[in-house]
Amino acid sequence: MTRPLLELRNVSRAFGGLRVNAEVSFTLGEGERVALIGPNGAGKTTLVNVITGDLAPSEGRVVFDGQDITDLSIPARVKAGLVRTFQITRLFTGLTVAENVALAVMQRRGMTWRFFARATFTPGVREEWRRILELLGIADLAARPVTELAYGQQRLLDLAIGLALNPKVLILDEPAAGVPHDEAPKILEAIDRLPREIAVLMIEHDMDLVFKFARRVLVLANGRLIFEGDAGAVTRDEEVRRAYLGSYADGRRRA
Amino acid sequence: MTGQHTSVEPRLGPPAAVRQLAVPVIVIGLLGAAGYLVFPEDLAFLTRLISITLLVLSLDLVVGYCGVATLGHAAIFGVAAYAVGNACIAGLADPLLLLAVGGLSGLVMGLVSGAIVTRFHGLPQLVLSIAIGQLVGALSNKLSSLTGGSDGLSGITPGRIFGVFGFDMFSRTGYLFSLAVLIVVFIVLTRLVASPFGLLCRGIRDNNLRARMIGAAVYPRLIAMYGVSGVVAGIGGALMAINTGVVGLDSVGFERSAEALVMLVLGGAGSLWGALFGAIVFQLFEHVVSAANPYHWLTLVGLLLVAIVLFAPQGLGPAVASRWRRLRRAGARP
Ligand SMILES: Nc1ncnc2c1ncn2[C@@H]1O[C@H](COP(=O)(O)OP(=O)(O)OP(=O)(O)O)[C@@H](O)[C@H]1O
Ligand SMILES: [Mg+2]
Repeated sequence: MTRPLLELRNVSRAFGGLRVNAEVSFTLGEGERVALIGPNGAGKTTLVNVITGDLAPSEGRVVFDGQDITDLSIPARVKAGLVRTFQITRLFTGLTVAENVALAVMQRRGMTWRFFARATFTPGVREEWRRILELLGIADLAARPVTELAYGQQRLLDLAIGLALNPKVLILDEPAAGVPHDEAPKILEAIDRLPREIAVLMIEHDMDLVFKFARRVLVLANGRLIFEGDAGAVTRDEEVRRAYLGSYADGRRRA
Repeated sequence: MTGQHTSVEPRLGPPAAVRQLAVPVIVIGLLGAAGYLVFPEDLAFLTRLISITLLVLSLDLVVGYCGVATLGHAAIFGVAAYAVGNACIAGLADPLLLLAVGGLSGLVMGLVSGAIVTRFHGLPQLVLSIAIGQLVGALSNKLSSLTGGSDGLSGITPGRIFGVFGFDMFSRTGYLFSLAVLIVVFIVLTRLVASPFGLLCRGIRDNNLRARMIGAAVYPRLIAMYGVSGVVAGIGGALMAINTGVVGLDSVGFERSAEALVMLVLGGAGSLWGALFGAIVFQLFEHVVSAANPYHWLTLVGLLLVAIVLFAPQGLGPAVASRWRRLRRAGARP
């Protein structure tokens, strides 16, 4: 494996008596592409929330780029290069597509304390948000208000905002969730085009997408990692089959 | 990079910079001239209208651009007015310096109340803002040596502007002075809300968690915007003190806060033009209707609000803007 970037050490998270994540440990290496799968309610999003600082773990440590970030704030983690997207899109709904990405670019560049510059059109910023929108194939939407976008386009914008932050690690929480089935490949294509040096941890239910995307797969069930290994082996694993009660074992069903 | 981006091209450069300056100067200037012609005997009313308009613009910065819920904004306005009144009574006569006093005390008030109010969200935030307003109101009543208590602070007689233009009993100087201040403030705010900082504030309003997830520290931004908002409210309060020569308890009161919010919603929060028009329309309506029908004017104001909520729920500003855009698009088609 490449140099480890993100490392979870025995991370647990409980809500009251309910243990949603239990002693999860894994490592994500530089530029690696890993899929995290698991049945509904397995605790995947909760784990992402713990990694990104939206939730504190009840126990365990999160290490990023050699630094213990367990107690860091959300913005500090983002600045370090740990970036996520959301299972249910979270966009700046009052802004245009270009402004959404420009805002992320300017925030990364430390420009958001400027009170009188022209936001979206600052030289350098403009080139950057355009390049990102072009990479994801939504450059023609730049001037549109976010509220006018189809959901699939919103998901791409969510990804664009993530990219604008120059992540070292990008965590995608079901990037194709809620998107019409025939549009899902378009999103995977966009993910495929992400710069290779970005390590990506993708949560996804569609096993077809998972196989195309990742060589290594993590399986979470009832908050525990029950499988970690080769994508080819995951469907043959007995415990994984049991966790899904066969529903995913044939690698077909979509949630 | 080809023509497909033209719609987001900076049609800016110098022409846009000029436009950004010229449009407020022309529009507000024309409105001001119209007011002068229609209400020549009532310039005192128009001057007051401008002070309150500044309060509504100030409120828009935190409500419309940051998504903060507040019903205590007049506290900033009123404290600044008291500060200006006291400074003037203590011998500071220059109107521009008095404006600075108003802006500065507004800044302090804004930063302090912002630091408290933006710590919370939703209903607790709203209740806290009301509490701050009530607290300031009660203090203003108590500290009568500084505020004149329920009699109000009077005897505020500012000197000449630039040592030349004295304040006359017909409010002519005061009106032009206030109009000029409004135009300058409006231009500065137009610039501010379009800046990276302004864009981030709107982002925070739209999605607080996402704003943090792009690496932004939200709290300091909200406090900063509250500070700016405080300066604007403070300038409004200063104008009120300078022009009327008295500051009453109503300046800090809950009613003024609530009324300002109504004006903002009427015009359209999140747009400076909306705030401007909301403030003007509401106050004109109130002025005309209360003169015509002193008994039922409040009912009529209520009806106006109901009509707006029904037919232009986003406020007057956005409704007019979208109508205008549709007209232009229709006109552009061959
Ligand atoms: N804030 C919370 N308070 C209490 N329980 C929570 C909270 N957040 C999540 N849970 C519970 O934790 C469990 C795991 O939720 P989580 O959203 O992490 O699952 P998931 O694996 O992402 O599921 P899905 O595939 O449906 O997205 C669920 O039972 C959920 O009800
Ligand atoms: Mg989830």
